[in-house]
Amino acid sequence: MRFRRSELARLGDIAELVRSKNAGPFAITIDAFFGTREAYERVRRGLPAEAVAAAFKVRPGSVRRFELPDLMVLKFSLGRAVPQGGRLDRDMHGAQHAEVLAELEIPSANGPQNQPS
Amino acid sequence: MPTRVLVPSGVLGLGFDQHALMAGARSRPDLICIDGGSTDSGPYYLGAGVSKYSRASTMAEWKLLLEAQRIAGAPLVVGSAGTCGSDSAVDWMLGITEELAAQAGRRIKVAVLKCSQDPARIARKFQRNRLRPLDYAPCLDEAAILGCANIVALAGAEQLGAAISTGADVVIAGRATDTAGIAALPLMRGEHAGAAWHAAKIAECGALCSTKPLSGVVSVEIDGDGFVVEPLADGARCTPRTVSAHMLYENSDPFRLREPGGLLDASQAGYAALDERRVRVEGSEWIPSGEYAVKLEGAAATGFQTTLLAVVRNRRYVSRIREWAGKLEKFLAKEIESRIGPFKAGCGLELRLIGVDSALGDLEDSEAVPAEVGVLAIATTGTQAAASEIARLINPFLLHFPLEDDEPLPTFAFPYSPAETERGALYEFRLNHAMVLDDPMDAFRLEVSEVGTG
Repeated sequence: MRFRRSELARLGDIAELVRSKNAGPFAITIDAFFGTREAYERVRRGLPAEAVAAAFKVRPGSVRRFELPDLMVLKFSLGRAVPQGGRLDRDMHGAQHAEVLAELEIPSANGPQNQPS
Repeated sequence: MPTRVLVPSGVLGLGFDQHALMAGARSRPDLICIDGGSTDSGPYYLGAGVSKYSRASTMAEWKLLLEAQRIAGAPLVVGSAGTCGSDSAVDWMLGITEELAAQAGRRIKVAVLKCSQDPARIARKFQRNRLRPLDYAPCLDEAAILGCANIVALAGAEQLGAAISTGADVVIAGRATDTAGIAALPLMRGEHAGAAWHAAKIAECGALCSTKPLSGVVSVEIDGDGFVVEPLADGARCTPRTVSAHMLYENSDPFRLREPGGLLDASQAGYAALDERRVRVEGSEWIPSGEYAVKLEGAAATGFQTTLLAVVRNRRYVSRIREWAGKLEKFLAKEIESRIGPFKAGCGLELRLIGVDSALGDLEDSEAVPAEVGVLAIATTGTQAAASEIARLINPFLLHFPLEDDEPLPTFAFPYSPAETERGALYEFRLNHAMVLDDPMDAFRLEVSEVGTG
């Protein structure tokens, strides 16, 4: 599926806050907070767990996805590629992993099915 | 009778609003509880069995908390003492308490809960199929367990409850779940179990569940149906949103939290504002598990590291930095192998390009060209001396390696002298398993003593 540039926006620009943190030494959890119902719905529809798995280069199905409509939050949890603080770890607190999610491009609320490119 | 727990901040060493703390103490809570650590600071602290925070800052805060304890006339509990909660960290915290008690001319009854585990005993438990892998657990074998420098078991409400039941003024607990120290007393007093655990999860980071996260101090009051959370600093407020959002924090599942002996399910919890600053929560459930198990954490030393840092500012080199680093890595691998010998498994030399992809590695997709690039060389091998030998071997090449063979030798910026930095031992986390126990106290030791004078 391809999107026209104008139909896409970075998740980091749509969300109020995207943060990540270790959830124990072997997992990372990422929370995306939205300021409006429209923004939340746009990303809720446009960001399946498989897209997050692809961005993190992990097996599809290994990302757990949670929708929290009352808080307008989407949450994703995944296993760490390398254990926290081990020789090959680059992000001890897992806190910059949020940026991988923040860089993802999200289709507009009413595309792409109505506006094929 | 509801049970009220005062939580001064998310962790001992982070600071709190002193005025709010003393006001909280004067309101006569049933217990004061603060967390002393977690794995979040990395495997080094558990591996070495030391605190991440300085003795001086811990002492300054603990002094105020002991004073709050005296004013409140209620027990003061610290869980996961000294960051990692090993026996050595508990002893360190006990030493601080002794010194402060003597200074204050007080006699303080202290219960110490020790959580360190003998790796040989854990290996036997593994053989007897008493360890259960938790989510994302690493592969485990006997050698991995026996190689751990330190293993701790996370105490739950049962062990913290036993420590509180000694009648001690102060409980210094080794590694414990973040929630156990807060949940223990309300559970002992028969308050709603789901509410006790949920309140503990909400309050364990102090005022992080409020509009003023740095103010630290919160109070939770747990009763037979639910709990009320209230921040104590001037101007701080809890709202249904700030409170419910805290379930997201450092939790891979925002609704369920595994604890020794069961699972908190907060998926049906309702959050209601009582007024501008207080929130009442009801509807959380505690689901007891079939077997009683406590989580284990272990850290093993896997080598020693020495690092070097060079900064590349030249525009041509910066624009071709990945190519340059790739060539340099190949060249250095040959040099190291011929002069020193091949690396053993788990050891190696890595070049990380700061400004390019040093935080995200192969997940980075930005191709922006930075003004300069820091080249962080990390040598990991079996001894500190060998790691530093490698660092000294690569030093001249990191300083002068050319992009092409036929060009003048460049010289990059070294930020300091000596160029190499010895990092000491490298540790890695080894366990994410729960150990089944016949009796909650089987893996824990409780010691009661009196410290100080007067």
